[in-house]
Amino acid sequence: MPININGSAFELPDDSRVSLLDLLREHLHLSGAKKGCNQGACGACTVLVDGERILACLALVVQYQGREITSIEGIASAGHLHPLQVAFVEHDGFQCGYCTPGQICSAVGMANEIRRGVPSHVTVDLSCSSIALSRDEVRERMSGNLCRCGAYNGIVDAIVEDFAGAST
Amino acid sequence: MTPFTYARASDAADAVRLAHMNRAKYLGGGTNLVDLLREKLERPPALVDVTGLSRTIEETAGGGLMIGASASNTSVAEHVTVRTRYPVLSRAIVAGASAQIRNMATVGGNLLQRTRCTYFYDDDGARCNKRNPGQGCDALDGLNRNHAILGTSPSCVATHPSDMCVALVALDAIVHLQGTSGRRTLPLAELHRLPGDRPDIETVLEPGELITGIELPASRFSGRSTYRKVRDRASYAFALVSVAGALELDGGAVGEVRLALGGVAHKPWRARKAEAFLKGRAATEANYREAAEAELADAKPLSDNAFKVELARRCIVAVLGQLTEMKP
Repeated sequence: MPININGSAFELPDDSRVSLLDLLREHLHLSGAKKGCNQGACGACTVLVDGERILACLALVVQYQGREITSIEGIASAGHLHPLQVAFVEHDGFQCGYCTPGQICSAVGMANEIRRGVPSHVTVDLSCSSIALSRDEVRERMSGNLCRCGAYNGIVDAIVEDFAGAST
Repeated sequence: MTPFTYARASDAADAVRLAHMNRAKYLGGGTNLVDLLREKLERPPALVDVTGLSRTIEETAGGGLMIGASASNTSVAEHVTVRTRYPVLSRAIVAGASAQIRNMATVGGNLLQRTRCTYFYDDDGARCNKRNPGQGCDALDGLNRNHAILGTSPSCVATHPSDMCVALVALDAIVHLQGTSGRRTLPLAELHRLPGDRPDIETVLEPGELITGIELPASRFSGRSTYRKVRDRASYAFALVSVAGALELDGGAVGEVRLALGGVAHKPWRARKAEAFLKGRAATEANYREAAEAELADAKPLSDNAFKVELARRCIVAVLGQLTEMKP
């Protein structure tokens, strides 16, 4: 069974050791997802699998056959940036840009989690099914994505604005 | 990574058969195992993927909850029954790792994740009895600020890194297992071993035995249970000390109480001495402090982690105080 990446089907590599990140970058030359730490500590390789955010560096491709992968290259549609990409530009949600593909994929996945009612470490009332997206919630939920330039304020601004826009 | 074959199990019996045939390791979400493969700390000839096995979360006849071992950490934390009847479990899960990792990681894998002791990981530069039995332990006289204070041995002072397990141990969770000789159940508190002179043997699982599910007994603590985690940064770090607590008050006295500690031992540490001290005693801060003292009397701090004894004491008292104040 092939693996679907940004709407196209690809055959699996023969070697079961290939990570999803290496498939994207080395085999398919989709270099948006970054290999920052390659050990699950930085979040720069974040992609979406069937809409859920995961770390491509810790994912063996063989486990993801038949699944739908979206990397940063598949976030925009028909030549139009995703609203979150526009918000990142407007709010200076980056400096060097290295962590940005992971930040954006992560934030898209995070929005789905909030809509589903997934609690976070800073969610006060666990019995509540709807969660308000405060800045504290964004910071906690995005803590798996490091930005060594320290563009966090812009990143949080962009996410809050985009989420508010998408919710109204 | 050294080469390995890959097979996807269709059910638990298939997984056990495949693993037995190929001397395989079970692969869940891979968030720990893939890293260990890459570091060559694990070199299995084969992997058996068990993520296609049960991931259902459903109520049991006895009013408890059965969680399939392949359920993701996120799916447990967000489950409405867990959030409302076992809030300590939701809290513990979302206190651990990052959202991306919780989406990948399975419940079974979380139980079997290995220590993040830096000397265990440093295959080129450090001695480790867990990695190379009999070699010695460089953490004993090394940078051991993050290491264990309870149940340690001269062979190993590593900690178990899970937050989820600390809550599960406090909740008296039962592990369901399947192996070549059949099925059995085991209290989670008995799954992990203390290091003794064989820190390389971390659980009482038989070779090839598979965790198929975690069962929670009917909840009696939904109103008063919580998880407190202290770490070096506000998020995405392992615990220095954590406490899972659940309390049932009987007037002004402690009726039932459950306490477990994380970040302090080779296993999720059920604080049975503190529990025994508290049962039936007045629910006062003085008693909470004495209970913490009772639990930590045997603590053996290392050169850099004596602070954990005081931190654990304060966390226990704070959690019990918080539970007492809750309005269920």
